[in-house]
Amino acid sequence: MDALTAARLQMTVSLGFHMVYAAIGIGLPLLMVLVEGMYLRTGQPHYKTLAKTWAKTTGLLFAVGAVSGTALSLELGLLWPKYMELLGAVVGHIFGLEGYAFFLEAIFIGLYLYGWDRLGPRAHWWCGVVIAVSGMLSGVFVLGVNAWMQQPVGFEWDGDRVTVTDPIAIFKQPLWFYMAWHSTLACYLSVAFAVAGWYAWRALRGQHDARISTALAVALLVGGISAFLQPLSGDLLAKYVFKTQPAKFAAMEGQFVTQTYAPLRIGGIPDEETQTTDWAIEIPGGLSFLATGDPSAEVPGLDQVPREDWPNVELTHLAFQVMVGAGTLLMIVSAWFWWCYWRHRERLLENRWLLWTLVVAAPLGFIGLEAGWFVTEVGRQPWIIQHVMRTRDAVTPADGVVGVFYGFALLYLVLGVTVIVLLRRLANRPSAE
Amino acid sequence: MSGWPNLWSDLSAATALVGMIAYALFGGADFGGGVWDLFAFGERKAAQRQAIQRAMGPVWEANHVWLILVIVVLFTCFPRGYSVLGVALFLPFHLALIGIMLRGASFVFRAYQSPQKEAATTPSVWGVVFGVASLISPILLGAAFGAVTEGAIRVDSEGQIGLIEPDAWRTPYCIANGLLALCTCGYLAAVYLTNETHGPLREDFRRRAIVAGTGTAICAAVVMGLARSEATWFYERLWSLRSLPVVVCGLGCFVGSAWAVFSRHYVWSRLFAAAEIALLIVGWGLAQYPFLIYPDITFAGVAAPEPTLRFLVLSLPVGAALVLPSLWLLMRVFKNTPLTEPVETPAAAQ
Ligand code: HDD
Ligand code: HEM
Ligand code: HEM
Repeated sequence: MDALTAARLQMTVSLGFHMVYAAIGIGLPLLMVLVEGMYLRTGQPHYKTLAKTWAKTTGLLFAVGAVSGTALSLELGLLWPKYMELLGAVVGHIFGLEGYAFFLEAIFIGLYLYGWDRLGPRAHWWCGVVIAVSGMLSGVFVLGVNAWMQQPVGFEWDGDRVTVTDPIAIFKQPLWFYMAWHSTLACYLSVAFAVAGWYAWRALRGQHDARISTALAVALLVGGISAFLQPLSGDLLAKYVFKTQPAKFAAMEGQFVTQTYAPLRIGGIPDEETQTTDWAIEIPGGLSFLATGDPSAEVPGLDQVPREDWPNVELTHLAFQVMVGAGTLLMIVSAWFWWCYWRHRERLLENRWLLWTLVVAAPLGFIGLEAGWFVTEVGRQPWIIQHVMRTRDAVTPADGVVGVFYGFALLYLVLGVTVIVLLRRLANRPSAE
Repeated sequence: MSGWPNLWSDLSAATALVGMIAYALFGGADFGGGVWDLFAFGERKAAQRQAIQRAMGPVWEANHVWLILVIVVLFTCFPRGYSVLGVALFLPFHLALIGIMLRGASFVFRAYQSPQKEAATTPSVWGVVFGVASLISPILLGAAFGAVTEGAIRVDSEGQIGLIEPDAWRTPYCIANGLLALCTCGYLAAVYLTNETHGPLREDFRRRAIVAGTGTAICAAVVMGLARSEATWFYERLWSLRSLPVVVCGLGCFVGSAWAVFSRHYVWSRLFAAAEIALLIVGWGLAQYPFLIYPDITFAGVAAPEPTLRFLVLSLPVGAALVLPSLWLLMRVFKNTPLTEPVETPAAAQ
C-alpha cells in the first residue's frame, strides 16, 4: 500500500467512526431533552427514567466522540500538511468557533450527567438544552469547513502565498446552509430510528410498558419529521451540486454522456470502461427536471471532464442510491407508524409487523448518513480542495504512514467493539429500565 | 498598526501560550491523576482510586478541550508552522495521540463497566490502559517539546522538512523533557488531590506530592544541564534578561508550593503549584519568541493572513464570555463541595 492510499483509508476510517458518535451526540440529546421536558410538565416518572437511560448512553458515546474528534483534528494536519496549511489560513478559525461549541458541550455534559441531584430540575433541563444546541452547532460549524473544501472561496493563492479576502465567505454560500440542514437532519434521523428499533425490539421481547411506547413515539416524532424534510433539503443540495460540482453530480447519477432529456436512473451499475450505466430503471427526462426544473435541459456528463479528474463513479453512484433508498424507506416507515398510531394507538405494541419493520429499519439512518458522506467525499476526488489542490499533492512526505494506518484501524476496532459490549451491559443492567 | 507590526501574530501566539498553560494546569493534572491511579498502593488503594475518579469524572471532557484550542490556534494562525511540526514529528505525535485517545476512552469505559459506584476500584484491563496511557502521553508530548527547543527540526530553502537526525525526538535531552513533563503532571495532580480529600487519604496524596515534586526538581536540573550542550540557544535565552525574571519567579513559586506541601497549607500549595507552571511556561515562551521552531520558523514568518488572525483573536472574548461562566459553574457545582459523599458515576446513577 502506498502512503496516499493509507492516508485516505485512515481518513475514511476515522471520519466514518467519528460521524457515528457525532450524530449520536447531536441526536440523542434532543430526544433526552424532549422526554425530560415531558417529565417536568407531567411529573410522570417513566419520562425521567427514559431521560436518565439516554443520558447514560450519551455520556459513554459522547466521550468516544470527543476522543475520536480530537484524533481527527490532529490527523488532518499530520496526514495532509499541505492541505492544512491552506485550510488553516483561510477557514481555520471556523474550527475555532466549533471549539467554543465543544467547550460548552463538554462542560454541560459534565453538569448534566453528574448533576441530577445537585441542580434543580429546571436548571438540569436547561443544561440538556445547551448540550443539544451546542452539539448541533459544532456539527454546523465543521460543515462550514467541509463546504469550503467543496467550494473554496474567500481567498487568493498563488501556490505559495495566500491572501484572505473574506474570512466568512463560506457562510455566505448556499452550499454551507444546505449542507448544514441536510446533515443535521440526517443526524436526527439516524439516531431516532436507531432508538426506535431498539425499543421495538424490546416490545417484541414482551416488554409492554409506558416507557416503550413513549420512546417509540418520541423517536418517530423526531425521525418522521426529519424523514419528510430530508428529501427537500437533499433536492436543494443536489441542485446546487449540479451547478458547482458537475463532475460529482454526473458521477452520482451515472451520467457519462452529456445529454438533453437526461433520465433519472434508479439503481444501476455504472461501468467506467464502457461508459454506460446498466440495469438502471430510467425515468426519461427525470434527471434534467430534478437538476434544473426543466425536463429538456442539458445535463453535462463525465465526458466534459478529463478522464484523470473523474471520481470513482461506481462508488459515488452506489452510495448515492443507498442514501436516497434509505431515505425513501424511512419515509414510508414513518408514515406507516403514524397511521397505525392514529388508527389504534392502544394496540401499537401488538403490531408485530410494524415492530419488526422498525427493528429492520434501525440501521438505515446510519447507513444513509455514511453513504451520503461517501457521495460528498469520494465524489470530490481527485481534489482535496476543489480545483485548488489535489489529494495526492497534499499527503504528508513523512515515513510510516502505512504502519500508522494499521495501528489506528486496530485502535478504532477495539474502541468500537468495546462500546458495543458496554452498551449491551448497560441495557441488561437491572437498574437500567 | 504601524507601531506594532506583528500585533495580531503576537496576540495569536499569546493565545496559544495561554491555551498551553490551561492544558498543562487542567489536562496535566488529569494525566497525573491517571498515573496515581496506576500506582495506587497501600491499604487505601481503593479509596485513592475512587478519589481520583471523583475528582476527574465531571471535568475531564472540559479539561481536554484546551488541547484542541492549542491545536486550532496553531493551525489557524501559524499554518506552516503546524504542518512543519506535523511532518517532522509525525511518529511521536501519532503515538501521543494514541495515548490521548486510549486515556479518554478507557476512563469512561472503566466507569461504565460495572454498575457499582466502585467502578474505579474493580480491577480491569481498562483501568490499566488508563494508567499506562496517562503515563506515556506526557512523556511523548514532553519529548516533542524537547525536539522543538533543541532546534532539531529544520526546513531547508526548498521547503523540505526534516529532523537533524531521525531519532532527534528520542535523545536524552528529549527524554529528560518527557520525564519532567510526567513528574510535573504527577505533582500537580497530587497537590490538587490533597485539596479534595481528608484525613489519611490526604496524607497519601501529600506523600505523593513530595515524591513527584522531588522528581520534578531532579528532572528540571537534568534538563537544564543537558540544555547547555544540546539546546544551547534555548539555554542562553532562558537565562537572559528576557525570561530570567519570570523563570526565577516560577522557581520561587515551586519553592513556595514545596513549603506549603511540607507544612500542610494545602490551599497555598495548590495556588503556588499552578502559578509555578504558568510562570515557567511563560518563561519558556519568552525564551522561544520570536521563533516557533528554532531556527527556521518564526511566528511572524508563518502567520496566517491578517483577516484570519483578527477573526480568531477577536472571537476569543466572545467565546470566553460563553465558556468561562460555564466553566465557573461546573467548578462551583463539583469542586466547592467537599467530596466526602461519593458522587455517583453516570453509570451508577439510578
Ligand atoms: C440519513 C441520512 C440521509 C438521507 C435519508 C438523505 N441524505 Fe443526502 N446526505 C446525507 C445524509 C442523507 C449526509 C451524510 O448527511 C450528507 C453528506 C454531506 C452532507 O452535507 O450531507 C449527504 C449529502 C448529499 C448530497 C451531496 C452534497 C455534496 O456533495 O456536497 C446530495 C446531493 C444529497 N445528499 C441529496 C439527497 C437526496 C436527494 C435525498 C433524498 C431522499 C437524500 N440526500 C437523503
Ligand atoms: C464525518 C463525516 C465524514 C465522513 C464520513 C467523511 C468521509 C470521508 C471519506 C470516505 C474520505 C476518503 C475519500 C477518498 O479518499 O476517496 C474522506 C476524505 C477526507 N475528508 Fe471527509 N468525511 C466526513 C467529513 C469531513 C469533514 C467535516 C472534513 C473537513 C473538515 C473532511 C475532510 C476530509 C479530508 C481532508 C479527507 C482526505 C483527503 C481526501 O481523500 O480527499 N471530511 N472523508
Ligand atoms: C460533519 C462532520 C462532523 C460532525 C457533524 C461533527 C460533530 C461533532 C460533535 C457533535 C461532537 C461532540 C462529541 C459527540 O457528541 O460525540 C464532536 C466532537 C469533536 N469533533 Fe467532530 N464532527 C464532524 C467532523 C469533525 C472533523 C472533520 C473534525 C476534525 C477537525 C472534528 C473534530 C472534533 C473534535 C476535536 C471533537 C472533540 C470535542 C470535545 O472534546 O468535546 N469533527 N464532533
